[in-house]
Amino acid sequence: MLIVLLLLSTFGVGMIYSAGVLEVTSSVTQGLWIRQATFLGVAVVACLIVARIPLRWFEWVAVPGYVLGVGVLAVTLVVGTGTGTAEGISSFLSIGGFRFQPAEAAKISTALALAALLARREEPPRYLRDLLTPAALVGLPLVLVLLQPDLGTALAFIGIFFAVIFWAGTPWPLILFAASPGLGLILAFSLRVWAVYIVLLAIGLYLYRFRLYLVESVVVILGNVAAGAVAQPLWNSLAGYQRNRLLVFLDPSLDPRNAGWQLIQSKVAVGSGGLFGKGFTAGTQKRLAFLPEQHTDFIFSVVGEEFGFVGTSVILTLFGLLFFRMISVAEAAKRSFAGLFIFGILGVWLTHVFVNAGMTIGVVPVTGIPLPFISYGGSFLLMSWIAAAMVVAVAGDDS
Amino acid sequence: MLAARARIVVMAMLGVLVAVLFRAQVLRSSDWLLQSQSNRLRALTIPAPRGVIRDRDGRVLADNVPGYSVSIVPDRADSMISTLRRLRGHLELNDARFEELSAQARSGPPRPLLVSVDAPFDAVAALQERRSSFPRLLIEARPKRRYPAERVGAHVIGYVGEINETEVEAREDEGAEPGWIVGRSGIEAQYESTLQGRPGVRYVEVDAEGRIVGSFAGMRTVIEEPGTDVDLNLDLELMEWIDHIFPDGMKGSVVVLDVETGGVLALYSAPAFDPNVFAGVVDRSEWDRLVQDPESPLYHRAVMGSYPPGSPWKLATAAIALDLGVVTPSQRMPVSCQGSYVFGNRSYGCWKPEGHGSLDLAGAIQHSCNVYFYQLGAEIGLARMLEVGNRLGFGRPCGIDLPTEGGGTFPEGPEFWERRFGYRPQEGEALVLAIGQGPNDQTPLKMAQFILAIARDGSAPAPSLLRSETAGANDASWSLDIPPEHLEQVREGMRRVTRQGGTAYLSSLEHFDLLGKTGTAQSGGGRPTHAWFTAIAGPYGEAPEIVAVALVEFGGSGSGVAAPLVAKTADFYLRGKHGIPRDTIQTLGEHLRAGRSTAWGR
Repeated sequence: MLIVLLLLSTFGVGMIYSAGVLEVTSSVTQGLWIRQATFLGVAVVACLIVARIPLRWFEWVAVPGYVLGVGVLAVTLVVGTGTGTAEGISSFLSIGGFRFQPAEAAKISTALALAALLARREEPPRYLRDLLTPAALVGLPLVLVLLQPDLGTALAFIGIFFAVIFWAGTPWPLILFAASPGLGLILAFSLRVWAVYIVLLAIGLYLYRFRLYLVESVVVILGNVAAGAVAQPLWNSLAGYQRNRLLVFLDPSLDPRNAGWQLIQSKVAVGSGGLFGKGFTAGTQKRLAFLPEQHTDFIFSVVGEEFGFVGTSVILTLFGLLFFRMISVAEAAKRSFAGLFIFGILGVWLTHVFVNAGMTIGVVPVTGIPLPFISYGGSFLLMSWIAAAMVVAVAGDDS
Repeated sequence: MLAARARIVVMAMLGVLVAVLFRAQVLRSSDWLLQSQSNRLRALTIPAPRGVIRDRDGRVLADNVPGYSVSIVPDRADSMISTLRRLRGHLELNDARFEELSAQARSGPPRPLLVSVDAPFDAVAALQERRSSFPRLLIEARPKRRYPAERVGAHVIGYVGEINETEVEAREDEGAEPGWIVGRSGIEAQYESTLQGRPGVRYVEVDAEGRIVGSFAGMRTVIEEPGTDVDLNLDLELMEWIDHIFPDGMKGSVVVLDVETGGVLALYSAPAFDPNVFAGVVDRSEWDRLVQDPESPLYHRAVMGSYPPGSPWKLATAAIALDLGVVTPSQRMPVSCQGSYVFGNRSYGCWKPEGHGSLDLAGAIQHSCNVYFYQLGAEIGLARMLEVGNRLGFGRPCGIDLPTEGGGTFPEGPEFWERRFGYRPQEGEALVLAIGQGPNDQTPLKMAQFILAIARDGSAPAPSLLRSETAGANDASWSLDIPPEHLEQVREGMRRVTRQGGTAYLSSLEHFDLLGKTGTAQSGGGRPTHAWFTAIAGPYGEAPEIVAVALVEFGGSGSGVAAPLVAKTADFYLRGKHGIPRDTIQTLGEHLRAGRSTAWGR
C-alpha cells in the first residue's frame, strides 16, 4: 500500500513541478514542487513513526482527539485566515509561522471518534435512531467547516459518515433513507421531479414498514419535505460564486467568461490530452494559464492534458488498488474499531478522488477539494500520510 | 459480504470516472484538441498597406507611414470599460468617443475594441512602459495614411476612415472586419478595392489573459498583400501652383484637362481642408467643424458646384448651331447689333449699349455680342437647343472617375418650365438660354469637358483621373457634328479674345496661344458676379494641348479675375512641358505692370 502511495505522491510532486512550468511568469506556482517534495519527506518520516503506534492508542485518543479537533475548528472560524488560491475562506490556522488546515486533522479525529462510537455497539444499527448519535458526531465538525465556508471539506465529512455506517453493517435501505433528505434537497429544484421522488420514497418506506418505527418513517418524510421547503431559501443564501458553479455545472456555456470558465478550460485540457497526452510539462492549456488552480484543485486536469487517458486511468487505477487494499485490511482487521476507522479514511479519500476528478470533466459541480497525495498542500499531504500510516498500523495490528 | 459490496461501490465510482474520461479523451478528443487550439491561438490581422497614390510624374499624393493602433482584447464589458477609463490618462479620448466605445464594449459579441488607430508615439511608449497595469491592451503597428500635399488636391484624392458596421457586412467576402481603413471620398473611395489590398493573418499563441506569448509556426499564415498603387493624370506641381495663385480668401475651382487624352491635369477646389486630420479616428468635433464651416471646405466645387455658365455658354450656342447646320461661321445675323434686339413683344439688351454692329461668328465670340447670339438662339429654336444640349450631356455628370459628381441643371425639354415654374416656355426662352442665362447651371468640370470637344475634333471623352495607356481618342462620350473648318472658326473667335481688342488681351501669353472666353455670370440676389474663364492653350501655331477652366465664386469679372488665373495656370504647365524656364511674370498685364517690354500679342 505504501508503495502505491509513494508512487502517487512522487507523481504529485512531478505534476506540481509541471504546473509551475508556464509561459506566464507566476510567482505562485513556480518552485512549489520543492516545498511539496520537502513535505513529502516529512510526511513519509511521520508515516513511518505513526505506523509503529499500537492500535489501542488510537482508540484512547479518539474522544479527546475529536474534542480537540472540533475545538480547533471552532477557533479557526474566529481567527483563521484564507490563503492564496482560497482567499475569503478562513480555513487556515497559523501557529508559529506554520500554517495548517485544522479540518484535515479533524477528518482523522472524526473518523476515529465515529469508529470508536460504532465499535461499542454490539450489533449493526437497525433503526434510524441508531444513526442519530453518529450523525450528530459528524454533523458538528461538518457544520463548523461549512461555516468557513468550505463545501468540499464538508463533503468529505459526509463521506466519512456513510462509509463508516456502511461498514458498521447498516442495512442499505436505512442508508438510503438517511441520505434521502440530501437527495430531496437537490431534486427540489424541479417540483415535478421532487413530487415523483417523494411518492417513490413513501412507497419505499411502506415496503420497509415492518423494520422501522412509524415515527421514523414520518421523520424521513418530514425531513424530505423540509429539505424541499428550504431548498429555495438555501439556494438564495448561497454565495454568488457557489450558485454560479452549480448553474454552470448544468450548462457551462451559461457564463463562459466567469463561472463556466474553469469547467470549460478544464474539460478542454483533459479532452485535448487524448489517449497519450501532450507530454510532461507540455500541456498548452496549463502552460498558458488557461487552467485555474492547476497545482491544487485542478491538478487532475494537468494530468489529463499531459498524460492523456493512459495517465488518468493509471492514477485512478492506483487509487482503486489503494481502496481495495484498504477494504481488504478492514476485512482482515480483528477489531471492529480498526475496520470502521479504515472505512472512515476510505470515505474521505473516495469522496476527494471522485469529486476532484469528477469536477475536472463535469461529472460533479466545481468544488474546492484537492486530490489526495497529488494536489499541492502541505498539511493535506501530511495528514493523508498520517492517515495512511494509521491504516498501516491497523493492518499490522494483531492484538 | 460487506467488503464485496464496498469493492463494488468503489469500482462503480471509479468506473464512472474512467468511462467519462474515456469518452472525453479518446472518443471526443479531437473536438477538445481543436478547442484547445482555438483557445490559445489568435488570428491577428496584419493590415495591408494601402496602395500609394501618385501624380503623373510619380510625386506622392497619398502614402503610408508607420502608426500605432491601440485596442483592448475582448473581456467582460465592465473590465473593458474600466481599462478604457484608465486609458483616458494616456490617450486623447473625449466624452463622446468614450461613450461610443463603451457602448461598443457592452453590445454584440466579444471582439477587440479599437480605441485608436493612430496613437501618438509618446503615448504608445508610455503605455508600453505600463504594460503590467494594462495587461489586456493590444498595441499594433499599422500603416497610417499620409497626404504630403496636405490641402492641395484634398478633394480629388479624398480621405480615409474606419469601416462601419454596414460596410463590414457588405464586404464580408473580401474579409472586411472592424478596424479596416477604407476610402471615404475622392480617389481613395473611387479606387478603394484597388488600393485596399488583402490583409494578412498571423497566428499567435496567447495566454489566458490574452497576452501574446509568441508566434505560432504550425498554422497557415496569410501574407498580407499591399494594395495596388494608383497613378493619376494629375500634376501635383501644377495643383500647388494653382493653390499659390488662386485669389486669397476666394472660393471656386480650376480644371485643367489634357486635350489629347482627356486626362485631368488639375482639379482644384477652394477652400480646401487637410485630409491628414482624417488619417486617424476622426475626432467628432473636428468633423463637425469642417461640416459646419460656412465656407464648406469639404465641398468639391469643381465637380459638385453648379453655376450659371454666362458668356462661355455662347460657345455652346455656337456649337449647337453649327452642329445643326443652321448657320455657317461667316454668315452674319439679319439684325446688326445696335445694343438691343427685339423679339416678340420684348426687347433683349446687349451688354454694350452702343452696339457691336454686324459680326460673323468669330467676331461675335470675340466681342461676346448678345444680339448675335439672341438671333442664333432664335434660329436654333428652343426645342432643338434643348435636344442637342441634352445630347452633349449638359445636365448630366461627365463620368469622371470620382464617386460623386454633380450634373448641374439643364432643361430636358419644355416640360421643365411647367414643372418648375408652372408655365409653358415661350420661344424667347431660347434667346435667354443662348447667352448662358435662364434655368441652366453647369459645373466647372462640365464646361471644361465641353471646351475639350471644341479643342479636339468635336468629341470629348469623360475626363479621367486614372492614368491609363489606352485612354483618349477612342472613348468619346459624345461628339459634335461640326466640320473641322467650322470648329476652327469657333477657336478663331476664342483666339481673338486674348488678342488686342479682346476682353482678355491682358491675359495673353508670350510663348503660348491662349484661346479663351470670359464670363461674368449674374449670381442673383444682388451678390457679386461669378467670374468664368474657359480656355484652350498650346504653343503658337500648333495643335492645342490643354483645356483650362476657372470659376471664382462671386469673383467679379471674368477678364479681371478668372482669365489671369487660367493664363498663369496654362503658362506654368506648358512651360514645364516644353522646357521653358518658368517665371512669375507671365501674362501681358503682368509684363506691363512690371515694366517689361513685350513683343507679342499684337
